[in-house]
Amino acid sequence: MVVLTWSCNMVQANDAKPVRVASKNFAENYLLAEVIAQLLERKGVPVERAFGLGGTLICYQALLNDEIDLYVEYTGTLSQAILQTPEVTERAALNALIVERGLQLLPELGFNNTYAIAVRKEQADSLGLVNIGDLAAHPQLKLVFSHEFLQRGDGWPGLSQRYGLAQPVQGIEHALAYQAIADGAIDVTDAYSTDGELSRYPLQVLVDDRNYFPAYMAAPLVRTAWVQQAPAAADLIRRLAGMIDEPTMLRLNAEVAVNNKSYAQVASEFLNANSAKLTLDPAANRAASAGFWAETLGHVLRHLQLTGLALGAAIIIGLALSLAIFSKPRLADAVVYCCGLLQTVPSLALLALMIPVFGIGFTPAVVALFLYSLLPIVRNAVTALATVDPTLVRVSQALGLSRWQQLRHLRLPLSLPMIFAGIRTAAVISIGTATLAAFIGAGGLGEPIVVGLSLNDTNMILRGAIPAAMLAILAEFFFAGVQRRVSRGYQ
Amino acid sequence: MASNTRKLGKTDMSASNEITDACVVFEHVGKRYGELVVFDDLCLALPKQQTTAIVGASGSGKTTILQLVNALERPDHGSVKVFGELIPQHRLQEFRQRMGYAVQGAGLFPHLSARDNITLVARLQGWPEQRIQQRFEALMQAMELPLSLAERPPRELSGGQQQRVGLCRSLMLEPDMLLLDEPFSAVDPVTRLGLYERFEEVQRTQAVSTLLVTHDIREARRLADFLVVLRQGQIEQSGTPHTVFSHPASAYVERLIESVA
Repeated sequence: MVVLTWSCNMVQANDAKPVRVASKNFAENYLLAEVIAQLLERKGVPVERAFGLGGTLICYQALLNDEIDLYVEYTGTLSQAILQTPEVTERAALNALIVERGLQLLPELGFNNTYAIAVRKEQADSLGLVNIGDLAAHPQLKLVFSHEFLQRGDGWPGLSQRYGLAQPVQGIEHALAYQAIADGAIDVTDAYSTDGELSRYPLQVLVDDRNYFPAYMAAPLVRTAWVQQAPAAADLIRRLAGMIDEPTMLRLNAEVAVNNKSYAQVASEFLNANSAKLTLDPAANRAASAGFWAETLGHVLRHLQLTGLALGAAIIIGLALSLAIFSKPRLADAVVYCCGLLQTVPSLALLALMIPVFGIGFTPAVVALFLYSLLPIVRNAVTALATVDPTLVRVSQALGLSRWQQLRHLRLPLSLPMIFAGIRTAAVISIGTATLAAFIGAGGLGEPIVVGLSLNDTNMILRGAIPAAMLAILAEFFFAGVQRRVSRGYQ
Repeated sequence: MASNTRKLGKTDMSASNEITDACVVFEHVGKRYGELVVFDDLCLALPKQQTTAIVGASGSGKTTILQLVNALERPDHGSVKVFGELIPQHRLQEFRQRMGYAVQGAGLFPHLSARDNITLVARLQGWPEQRIQQRFEALMQAMELPLSLAERPPRELSGGQQQRVGLCRSLMLEPDMLLLDEPFSAVDPVTRLGLYERFEEVQRTQAVSTLLVTHDIREARRLADFLVVLRQGQIEQSGTPHTVFSHPASAYVERLIESVA
């Protein structure tokens, strides 16, 4: 497996250094990253895609640590979430703040993807709703917002104050909100102003007449060092400035969300339509990606590499650790406790923490999976080894067995079933959590899942989920077989 | 059976009573587990190549005596001499391999066959295969265990069979001493009588010093040459079964005898 890994990483050893373009894990960001990637490729600049990274934190950390060269960020997100300077909103002012971190925002693409408050069109018409403030007069309306919106400083708490809205509110998962409001289950919800879904359902966006929502102007966030290193490529991206206004972005998003086109296809069509402005030769689509089976097989192999390495390391290190500590109850408790703590670190946070050390991609994914696999292995092994019937231990001592012989001929064979139970649990956990590897561009079966989630595409999600489930079952069989063999060897 | 024995000098007042050829000598031994004092000042000498029964209720300290002899426990103060020497702390494994050990419920390793349970230590010692096989078959025969049981795991043996396999295991290395911790108590009365007979056969044929811990004074009378009655860490009486039964030294011993009369 190690050999396989190496060969995967060697492919990138090209003469021209490829531009590492990343995206967050939602549809619009995928699409914009694909537009930039294809633009560069059409001008002969090689591109390395790291799409679907697990959110702002991961992208930003990856950029800071020179793991990627650029991704599309939003001015509001940069000022509010990253820099925590909500009063700074202009690109020039933001650039002054991030210049010392070696980053800069290229010119804005042209649209503002801010929060929007949406109602059903027919209800807006019948109640005469135009501005957000009009909601105050209709306390009977059911206001249900995404959990994030309810929490954020620039979300509901500030909005209700600004407009004097006193209605009770409830939380909902954002992906479910559109269906809910279209069905009439709820009346008012938050949306992103360029969501493709807004044109799919008969919804109306209420006007933010008191300018409550900050601007979320999309702009490529890049490393200054990269701009100096590849000025031509940076200039190429600057040409996109102002080319994507709100109606355009809404339409492009809808192509993906409503018309089920692929990101690559929509990006290609956009570039073709603007080939004159961008001085591009109208080109055909890039070569189609590998076939379904080949692609799935690639994901499966990558998934096996990730989990195999992580699990192998966890078994070796976890069992060695268990053997070293099981006879010292306090130490054993402390170690099991620490492994448990690791388990409680949310996966995205863990990945973000590791970027400065391991970067993004294969290595941090394996390390994270390794850490998550430790607990079941260590806990089961320590418990099993320490709870072998004390009478038998006393007998083995009295028979004159050395510590090693006691371990080899009594404790280990009696602990095998539980040790293997731990390994099997760890295998299933790591196969399941390996899907998070896609959040840091490590590939595997998480990739179709992450893309599918961003597209709300169940088929795509299942393309990752079903093989992952099958792998988990196969792992069960595999380790059950190994257990039988090892047990036999002990008798 | 070349155990290092020596006559105890007349000045050796700590060794109790008339025993002059001892396999085990306790001198002013103290042992406590936290707050619980098991022995305060125990002096004891046990005869060589005979069977000594230590009789007492649970909590009397009788099992602790065994564990002090094979060094599973260390005395807090005082000394324990076995085979005429202090226990060699740096050669414990060798030392313990000179002593067979059998416990209540047999304590067989559940993942090993009867044969492997019996022969494990000999194998680890590097005995030649032929010697292992001969000794194994002789022991199985002495314990009246058919060889057809050899490959069965303990869970497929009856309680009495398991106990006999346990005795075989304790005898495998031709020990100088046998430590038996109530090995006959967890089986039904009929099976127990069978075990007694097997054990008496061992006593007849093997030159071995035996230390038998039991709560059953009847069993002690039947099997032991020498008897020690223990009560809360103190020796109530010691002597031959005949002496103890005909001249009980205290009301406690008297009651103990009456309880089985």
